Amino acid sequence: MDPTIALFLAQDGVTNGAIYALLALSLVLVFTITRVIFIPQGEFVAYGALTLAAFERGVLPQTAWLALLLGAAAFLDDLIRLPDRRSPRRVLAALAGDVGFPAAVLAAAWWAAPRHLGPLAEVPLTLAMVASLGPFLYRLVFRPLAEAPVLVLLIAAVGVHLALVGLGLVFFGAEGFRTAPFSTAVIEAGPATITGQSLWVLGVTGGLILALWAFFGHTLTGKALRATAVNRLGARLVGIPTAAAGRIAFVLAAFIGALSGVLIAPVTTVFYDTGFLTGLKGFVAAIIGGLVSFPLAAAAAVLVGLVEAFASFWASSFKEVVVFTIIIPVLLWRSLRSGPAEDEE
Amino acid sequence: MSALSMSRLPATGGPVRFAGLAILAAGAALPLLPGVPEFWITLLNAVGLSALVAMGLVVLTGVGGLTSFGQAAFCGFGAYTTAVLSTVHGVSPWLTLVAALLLTGAAALLLGLLTVRLSGHYLPLGTMAWGISLFYLFGNLDALGRHDGISDIPPLSVAGHALYDGRSVYYVIWGIVALAALATVRLLDSRVGRTIRALRGGVLAAEASGVDTARAKLVAFVYAALLAAVSGWLFAHVQRAVNPTPFGLNAGIEYLFMAVVGGVSHIGGAVLGAGLVLLLKDQLQVVLPWLFGGSGNYESIVFGGLLVLLLQHARGGLWPLAARLLPAPAAPAVDPAAEPLPRRSLPERGRPLLEIDDLQKSFGGLAAVRNVGFSVAAGEIVGLIGPNGAGKSTTFNLITGVLRPSGGAVRLLGSGIGGLPARAVARRGVARSFQHVKLLPEMSVLDNVMLGAHLRGRAGVLRAVLRLDRAEEARLRREAAVQLERCGLGDSLHRPAGTLALGQSRIVEIARALCLDPLLLLLDEPAAGLRHAEKQALGALLRRLREEGTTILLVEHDMDFVMGLVDRLVVMEFGARIAEGVPADIRNDPAVLDAYLGGIE
Repeated sequence: MDPTIALFLAQDGVTNGAIYALLALSLVLVFTITRVIFIPQGEFVAYGALTLAAFERGVLPQTAWLALLLGAAAFLDDLIRLPDRRSPRRVLAALAGDVGFPAAVLAAAWWAAPRHLGPLAEVPLTLAMVASLGPFLYRLVFRPLAEAPVLVLLIAAVGVHLALVGLGLVFFGAEGFRTAPFSTAVIEAGPATITGQSLWVLGVTGGLILALWAFFGHTLTGKALRATAVNRLGARLVGIPTAAAGRIAFVLAAFIGALSGVLIAPVTTVFYDTGFLTGLKGFVAAIIGGLVSFPLAAAAAVLVGLVEAFASFWASSFKEVVVFTIIIPVLLWRSLRSGPAEDEE
Repeated sequence: MSALSMSRLPATGGPVRFAGLAILAAGAALPLLPGVPEFWITLLNAVGLSALVAMGLVVLTGVGGLTSFGQAAFCGFGAYTTAVLSTVHGVSPWLTLVAALLLTGAAALLLGLLTVRLSGHYLPLGTMAWGISLFYLFGNLDALGRHDGISDIPPLSVAGHALYDGRSVYYVIWGIVALAALATVRLLDSRVGRTIRALRGGVLAAEASGVDTARAKLVAFVYAALLAAVSGWLFAHVQRAVNPTPFGLNAGIEYLFMAVVGGVSHIGGAVLGAGLVLLLKDQLQVVLPWLFGGSGNYESIVFGGLLVLLLQHARGGLWPLAARLLPAPAAPAVDPAAEPLPRRSLPERGRPLLEIDDLQKSFGGLAAVRNVGFSVAAGEIVGLIGPNGAGKSTTFNLITGVLRPSGGAVRLLGSGIGGLPARAVARRGVARSFQHVKLLPEMSVLDNVMLGAHLRGRAGVLRAVLRLDRAEEARLRREAAVQLERCGLGDSLHRPAGTLALGQSRIVEIARALCLDPLLLLLDEPAAGLRHAEKQALGALLRRLREEGTTILLVEHDMDFVMGLVDRLVVMEFGARIAEGVPADIRNDPAVLDAYLGGIE
């Protein structure tokens, strides 16, 4: 292997690693706040990429319909489940958020799709559609199970994954798509060739991590979310609504997933079921971080990306085997370090 | 608290047996009846193969509260092992079954060892990663035929007759399903089965009874993997070809789906779930492509939605609905003639039994226990008292191995036990109850208490499956009944523990602790929640135990109860021992009065 190839692989690995880092961050976020091991995180990636790809082809992405449908279902669910919120003002506000917003996005997408307005209009629409799926799914699937054990939440998450993959096939078909890059710039730096697209990925990832850091460290909502992550009951006792915390966690997760999809769509061909493996690679990183540590998960994600890149060079057909086997030594290490058995609540 | 639903044992009464026999007869006659379509037989064969895997998940998920998405990979292990051995090396399929079991068992053991000591969600995530790795490994190894797989696998043959058609292999499949169901019922209704059931109540209570919970998890995980391996081995010889697709992660998820649909806590649920899911899948694969156009795995939309709805509204699956038609299972009878268990010899009265020296425990910067030292002599009742937050429960946890001391020594009959794991401390004869009661609410009072006698039995998985453990089980059951009787709960043996009042639950914990045949009994607030008469009965019980030579250390806030009962008192405040002596002296100790009354001058 000469340095040029090594540098190329490293760039590839770091770029993918950045995406895995984003996914790992959202997985840790969702797990610590809601105890949901959110297997379908990767589906948001595929939905994000394929929704944008649909816009590029001038087709209305059906994601918009799904968002509207789930929003309407969540609205009706609330209406039935929460009788104390049936005052006309509350109902109207809920209607505006749950049905009005996705309907407006749908209308805008309908208008924009055939007009090829370019990424500046299409990316925000994509993000709005996919990000709204997160809180709707939380309310429909996970909030009714909020008191259930982690195991039940995990199996429910797998159910959501199955449904989203199947719907992805209905919406986007079996064909894979790749979108136009945000930047075609190529920078020659000595033996290395750096593509503009990977700079985009790294820049957006870095920006997002900084934004998350600011949000959790310096805003009241962010601190309330952290409190919920540390102790749900305690958070509720001091007046933090844990259901709202769950909704915010899912908005962030879906948004980050969609953004990751938009970022990798020009780099790799995305199929309706690509997201699952991508998301699980985020999981490998999250597990290395013990499902609680953000910085460790992010660093591990870059490692996963690098391992994947180099494995695809040396043993391309065993790439996935190598990547998913990384967690074996990690589990061993964690197992040896674990203290005396403790009860889980 | 309860993960998926109840862990009641399958019914074994007379009418149930009759109904079972009727179903068995109908099932046996089915392939012989003229006019039964081939499709039915194929479907039933597939149901049998899947039911084997789902049955493993009943043990693992429904009973043990763990889960795995990698069961299909274990099927693959079984299938590929026999495919390679029987095609390349010409080994008889019946011999390759042994190889398939050994190889899969070893793989499961390895993966299990990596995850059983970690908290519960690492196992499913680990199995997910493992499922993907193996899928790609199967698909890329030349020796396994890459993505095309291996074909021309010989069929099974019985007494020289090769079983080529579905109707003949039907009997082999369902015969194995019946054997597996029998083995699983027996396993769950045994000493080892109790440890698997106990996993759902958290590990602390089980470890305090001497149960190696990591081992119990491992047994459940390996057992489930072995059932999957048998299914995979059968699959290879029924299909007579293998490729990676049926062993991927999606198949693994589908097996779990079957178990959840049928009812993850019941062996019947595994068969019911496998049948329903396969039937539904077959129908959906016709209807959905017509609805959506094109082809693909559209059924996953319906499956995913159904899974979520089931978890929200019927977490026990559909089997409990079917089980309502069956009579309630008969409670196992206590055999009063069973031979009593041997008892350990107690140290002579007055000899120092428990010695604590300079014990320390800090959590980060907080010193929960500081320089605590006291001793308990054999045959004494010693009370450990102090205001809330004084470090009494922490001291208990340090003695019983739940927590590791930061410094100092704990000695039992002169040998150090500080820092030993809880089950090793239990093995040396230290039993305890918990401040927050840790019983399995769905399990009967008797079964809960039998768990306490775990260390006094020896039977393992093999003896359970072969039913060679009945005499021992009867002795353990008798012991549990005797202890419950002497604690005054002789009329509640077969009630689910969750239906008891809090005070009674505390007494059940004492009975469970007594089943360990302890030298030293540690009771954490045993009188809390008891009515006056019950407190008197408890006091009488503890005095009787003292007369019999059992040593008792108890934490209690009810001073009337404590003062009239104990020989000596140790008083703690803010993690330190502030006084020690007979009750009369403690009553007048200025430091104690200060601690309790807040230093009012």
